[in-house]
Amino acid sequence: MTWHAVIGIEVHVQLRTVTKMFCPCAIPAEGDLPNSKTCPTCLGLPGALPVPNKAAIEKVLAVGAAIGAAAPATTIWDRKNYFYPDLPKGYQISQLDFPLAEHGTIEVTTSAGTSRVRIRRAHLEEDTARLRHEKGGDGKRSSLIDYNRSGVALLEIVTEPDIRDAETARRYAEELRLLLRTIGAADAEMENGQMRVEANVSIRPSEDAPFGTRTEVKNMNSFRSVEKAIAFEIARQTEVLESGGTITQETRGWDESSESTYTMRAKENSHDYRYFPEPDLPPLAIDPAWLAGIVASIPEIPSARRARYVEQLALSEYDAAVLVGEPRAAALFEAARAAGATIDAKTLANWVTGEYLRAANEGAAEPDPVQFAALIGAVSRKEINGTTGKELFAELLGGSFDVRAAIAERGLGQISDDGALKKLASEVLAANPQALADWKAGKQQAIGFLVGQAMKASKGRGDAAQLGAVFKTLLDA
Amino acid sequence: MSGESLRRATATEIRAAFHSGAATSRAVTDELFAAIDREDGVLGAWLHLRHEQARAEADRADARYATARAAGPAALNALPPLLGIPVALKDLVNLTGTPTTAGSRILEGYVSPYDATIAARLKEAGAVILGKTNMDEFAMGSSTEFSAYKKTVNPWAIDRVPGGSSGGSSAAVAAFHAPLSIGTDTGGSIRQPASLTGIVGMKPTYGRVSRYGIVAFASSLDQVGPFARTAQDAALLLHAIAGADAHDATSSRSPLDAALLNLPSGDAAASAIRGKRFALPKEYFVAGMEAGVERAVRDAVAALQAAGGIVEEVSLPTTEHALATYYIVAPAEASANLARYDGVRYGASKHGGGDLLNGYLETRGRGFGPEVRRRIMLGTYALSAGYYDAYYVKAQKVRTLIARDFDRIWAAGFDAIVAPTSPQVAWKFGAKMSDPVSMYLADACTLPANMAGLPGVSIPCGLSENLPVGLQLIGKPWSEAELLSISAGYEALTATAAWRAVAPHDLTKLGGGAA
Repeated sequence: MTWHAVIGIEVHVQLRTVTKMFCPCAIPAEGDLPNSKTCPTCLGLPGALPVPNKAAIEKVLAVGAAIGAAAPATTIWDRKNYFYPDLPKGYQISQLDFPLAEHGTIEVTTSAGTSRVRIRRAHLEEDTARLRHEKGGDGKRSSLIDYNRSGVALLEIVTEPDIRDAETARRYAEELRLLLRTIGAADAEMENGQMRVEANVSIRPSEDAPFGTRTEVKNMNSFRSVEKAIAFEIARQTEVLESGGTITQETRGWDESSESTYTMRAKENSHDYRYFPEPDLPPLAIDPAWLAGIVASIPEIPSARRARYVEQLALSEYDAAVLVGEPRAAALFEAARAAGATIDAKTLANWVTGEYLRAANEGAAEPDPVQFAALIGAVSRKEINGTTGKELFAELLGGSFDVRAAIAERGLGQISDDGALKKLASEVLAANPQALADWKAGKQQAIGFLVGQAMKASKGRGDAAQLGAVFKTLLDA
Repeated sequence: MSGESLRRATATEIRAAFHSGAATSRAVTDELFAAIDREDGVLGAWLHLRHEQARAEADRADARYATARAAGPAALNALPPLLGIPVALKDLVNLTGTPTTAGSRILEGYVSPYDATIAARLKEAGAVILGKTNMDEFAMGSSTEFSAYKKTVNPWAIDRVPGGSSGGSSAAVAAFHAPLSIGTDTGGSIRQPASLTGIVGMKPTYGRVSRYGIVAFASSLDQVGPFARTAQDAALLLHAIAGADAHDATSSRSPLDAALLNLPSGDAAASAIRGKRFALPKEYFVAGMEAGVERAVRDAVAALQAAGGIVEEVSLPTTEHALATYYIVAPAEASANLARYDGVRYGASKHGGGDLLNGYLETRGRGFGPEVRRRIMLGTYALSAGYYDAYYVKAQKVRTLIARDFDRIWAAGFDAIVAPTSPQVAWKFGAKMSDPVSMYLADACTLPANMAGLPGVSIPCGLSENLPVGLQLIGKPWSEAELLSISAGYEALTATAAWRAVAPHDLTKLGGGAA
């Protein structure tokens, strides 16, 4: 029997903001001392009050606009009440009925083609503290709490149950991350917990059957593990049902080492969070002019950009995906095109996806896009050859300089003038009589040797193809 | 000025004495501490005293006055009005380095690491902060009997309550332990104790005074306000603490009325009553109102009329629903606001046995008193799945109707509502402790203003059984200066009334022990 999977994804992502969601504390960084980024508000001290971070709200409105979602005319904040040591106030400020974005879509391309995943909602909330459980020297267990992350702005994005396979789920998560990075809403590094993906997975006997009992899969720390965990869970549920068992609604964790999911906790009767409107925060009216300004500032989103590269610039799907997949690369590509409108898009794309990304991944500095454009222009007009181009590019990573002036001053221009090449070839031939003898003896390689000597003498500036022709004429004369 | 006259002087009189050099802040402060140290064993108004810090603050103020006096009148007038004037804080105002208990065992030993906005403003204004006053636990109560720490008595009759929840602050001002104090009013907790102790107490418009750093009871209802012995003094203190605050998203940017610092006095104040339109809501003369209270209030209304005020009886039909609605909204918000007292970070804690749930149950079960536990349960219930719509949502709708009732009064052109503050004078200790609802009914006349966010003030208007009766004035939003002007006018009209000559007990003669 064939089972059909139904997958919904819930993502929590830390917004890229300077301060926390409801207080002026800085966002904690790697290496901060525990509880060093805290204040009365994010510690939940008696009397402290929240004040919303406008920049965080703007980022969520931008995300909403980028996925074609609707923003409410007015939003409110809600208190979600529960007790846990990582939640200092005993409630989390979140949004229940009026999320900042509702009903969007994200386009996802997989090996099977392109599909659209509907976004149910995206809302703002605050992160909790981090618990650390330790066993002291005396063998006693203790739990320590670091409130540095308490109150950091989190965006929660929930899809409709539109996804049908693990690959699409992974690609959705990757595409979402790319979108968030492109519009500057988040860095979304999964490895350090800035982006946390949870999947609701169920299976059913046919596409029109009612949804089966779902499990919630957590602890997936990379895109690879998202795909693997969901695939595992589909297979596990299939095996359970095939062998006559039933699926228990529960939360399951992904164990990276055994590549399997395990029961984290059985779903209690759904928790009563006693949501009610946060009385410490007045309703927030989304002023249309404010929203319009945010929408106007959103850059081209990845799916639109890929389509444009393929349709208007005639780049391959692959080149388009590589360029757009790396916001730095896309930014350089765009800036270089803006600086040198006449340069060939394909050549530029090759340089950006090749030389640039190689250097960038090794931690190189960003090249000046105007000079980078000048460099690629010189290469594509054959004013300099590829070797010289790469040398100049390496220099450009060390700091900007006038590439055109450097080519002229240092005489780096490619020699393609017939007279100059003939003069060069004659000199090289005169200095290498053995080569002429070899040629006469029928050794074809003599030409290669001579071209190499000529390139050496011209410090790489000769046009190799033309030199070959010139030597042939001289040798046969 | 010296001795008893310093102790009994109003803030306005003290300020004048500072300007003329007739008194020093240090002398006033010492005099008040002497009275407190002598009498608080009986009064029980104070939870923490700041002898050392207050005296240092007074000395600093005196130095500034001395410099300014030498420089001339302009320099004196440029000094902040509250400079060197002693103030008491209800023990839910965070003040760096000072305990903040909110009257609860669960905060026993907690020392604030930060200043409430109003505490920072009082420091900035150069006020001398004498200490923190007793209160019902987390401001839940109307008699201060729910303090986990001590009993505060009414200086007019030491077998009676001072009202609450800000009973310590009102008793301190009534007993001449401070000319000014800070209270909070969620359902009447400033106006009702002001009424019961014969002083002036104002709850400003919701949003007028920052709540940042004030231990929360019910966020949408809580407001901070002044206690004083005259309307002019109350205006002085309100002016110092009011205004927009970037730390409180619900604080208003509505500009502060400069008239607060220039209230009319004497004949000018009395003649300002002429032509004012007063609404007298019949629903505020509730069943169970004491005859003596009603008589004093109606006499006060007659005095306003005699001075040219126009009084018309009106109806506020939703008044009868305010109490029930309040006891859903306030406990619901409180149930969440008090969730942070979990023994994990500060205050009393019973964690450590390894069982998290048990730690919560023990900490909160032992740390909270009976009234707080009752309200947390009420609120938790009202917010629970399946009950939320029937209780919380419905209560919010009624709240809107209550606000509309008041809007109709303002639309009809009234300047203020006049009503009793409390249906009763101060009652004897224990009289309402066994019946929570009878205690809740004590606030029937004050809590509608909280539900609508309106400013209200209680001013003394006579005696019943030799105990003070309060007249309540409720105004439209942001009309604090107008309400206090009318109050000053009423004070002028009744300046020579016989009841004004009656004063609270001399607690020293009653044999007050050491604090």
